[in-house]
Amino acid sequence: MTPRGSPPTIRIAAGQGFWGDWLEAPYRQVTGGPIDYLVMDYLAEVTMSIMQKQKSRDPSLGYAKDFVPLMERILPLLMERRIKVVANAGGVNPRACAQAVAATGRRLGLGGKLAIGVVTGDDLLPRLDELLAQGHELRNLDTGRPLSDVRARVQAANAYLGAWPVVEALRQGAGIVITGRVTDTGLTLGPMIDAFGWRPGDWDLLAAGTVAGHTIECGAQCSGGNCLVDWERIPDLANVGYPIVEAHPDGTFEVTKHPGTGGRVTVAGVTEQLVYEMGNPAEYITPDCVADFTTIRLEQVGRDRVRFSGIKGRPATDKLKVSIAYFYGHKAVGTLVYAWPDAYEKAQAADRVLRQRLRDLGLEFEAILTEFVGADATHGPLALKATGPRVADIPEIQLRIGVRSPERAAVERFTREVAPLILNGPPSVTGFAGGRPKPEEIVAYWPALIDKKVVQPCVELVEA
Amino acid sequence: MRRAGRGVTGRADRRTAARGRGRGKKVPLLELAHARSGDKGDTANIGLIANRPEYYPILVKQVTAARVARHFKGMIKGNVERYELPNLGALNFLLHGALDGGGTISLKTDAQGKVFSTALLRMEIEGPR
Repeated sequence: MTPRGSPPTIRIAAGQGFWGDWLEAPYRQVTGGPIDYLVMDYLAEVTMSIMQKQKSRDPSLGYAKDFVPLMERILPLLMERRIKVVANAGGVNPRACAQAVAATGRRLGLGGKLAIGVVTGDDLLPRLDELLAQGHELRNLDTGRPLSDVRARVQAANAYLGAWPVVEALRQGAGIVITGRVTDTGLTLGPMIDAFGWRPGDWDLLAAGTVAGHTIECGAQCSGGNCLVDWERIPDLANVGYPIVEAHPDGTFEVTKHPGTGGRVTVAGVTEQLVYEMGNPAEYITPDCVADFTTIRLEQVGRDRVRFSGIKGRPATDKLKVSIAYFYGHKAVGTLVYAWPDAYEKAQAADRVLRQRLRDLGLEFEAILTEFVGADATHGPLALKATGPRVADIPEIQLRIGVRSPERAAVERFTREVAPLILNGPPSVTGFAGGRPKPEEIVAYWPALIDKKVVQPCVELVEA
Repeated sequence: MRRAGRGVTGRADRRTAARGRGRGKKVPLLELAHARSGDKGDTANIGLIANRPEYYPILVKQVTAARVARHFKGMIKGNVERYELPNLGALNFLLHGALDGGGTISLKTDAQGKVFSTALLRMEIEGPR
């Protein structure tokens, strides 16, 4: 099954859980102990539309710009320690991202020594009308509506590619693989397939690599970050260690972190990450396989070390998920802070006044949402029930009111109605230093499926 | 398999233990389980994880989809689905229509459903004997 000479263990380190995650994490993963691969996830669901806008203004942009200075910082270390990088930092312009990294490599004197793999083929925006004309309706997975309803407002459309194009890039000799919309799990599974020689029908192994990818795709969220269980005693989060998968050819693996780092890797903490953003746990569908999370066996085999085994998978489906971003409308959120005594009542009174003024102005909104931060913003009526009569003692409440409309004018007018309440509404109000709320464009997410056979991943190499 | 021995907070779990055989005593889920939640569009998911293996059957029996739907009445617009993960001592709940449209559309502070987890842990159930 495994080709002779394949390594008994590879170490895959997660360096970013999202675009904007801790800048120190990838550096620390590279320097804190031995690793073979550094994998980084940059693409949230609507990130692609931001990148499409940047690319339309400047054809050399449209990728995660932070990736280039990061590579500048760690490239010499990567070369010295033979660490490979897999990142979906390419956004909607992976070639431009690769060119920028190649230029950085040449500046550092690494010209001729570094091959960068580029994975494309996920971007369906230029092909959208052709696909619709061919009968691919790209119906919204949540609402069932066909994409033609919003076609004119579409800003980005990307198929989720899986691990195999990453594998192809590694096989061609890439030291750094830069992709467009490749699944978070594919970034981790790809190196395992490449290193261990796993094949397309090895469903249990592919599922195991997928579970490994899911476990580390949110960075420190499986090694002590945002961990509820025993949170008060999780040590040294200031110095939190990001997760590392130590993978074996038989599909078993361990999740751990570098010695001397903060955080904690336990069965309970890892379990929190396994159920994060979970649908049907028996059917975790990726481009590569269908993983069954009800087969995972976890075992604490050492300090900060959890072993995964027993994972089963089933054949991949014949579809790929498509992430589409489209212009939806406008929104704005305004806040004011009311102080004791009767902070909650004052904030409620201010909300009534503001809503009446919006009505009197004849403004129409798709939605107006009021939250009282400090009382009900996160747990709604459940929190108020628990607070009971003590609600009168709350020291301060932030009134947070948001509006949403297809029309910018209504949202704009709303943003001018919040500040006047400071002088002409209920008393004991403060906290308006931020000025008038800013109207924002809403770019919404449209999930759909498409036949796998119409999406052709493309892999090429760029030399530094 | 080793499970978390101390619960979400050591204090809470010790309180539960001190009740001993208090049969049928109501306890908040917070004392028996931990949780993490997230989003998929306008759906929030909550993974509820037993603090000890012996608590898992209690969760399976009492924390039903219908019970969770009642708990979140007024906070969600759609139905609730439940999936079981006995291998992890966990239940996964999908709360549909929970996020005011979800993602970038939502006006909620918790547009990504990150703290529905602890809202569920407010539920009171019959504790272990």
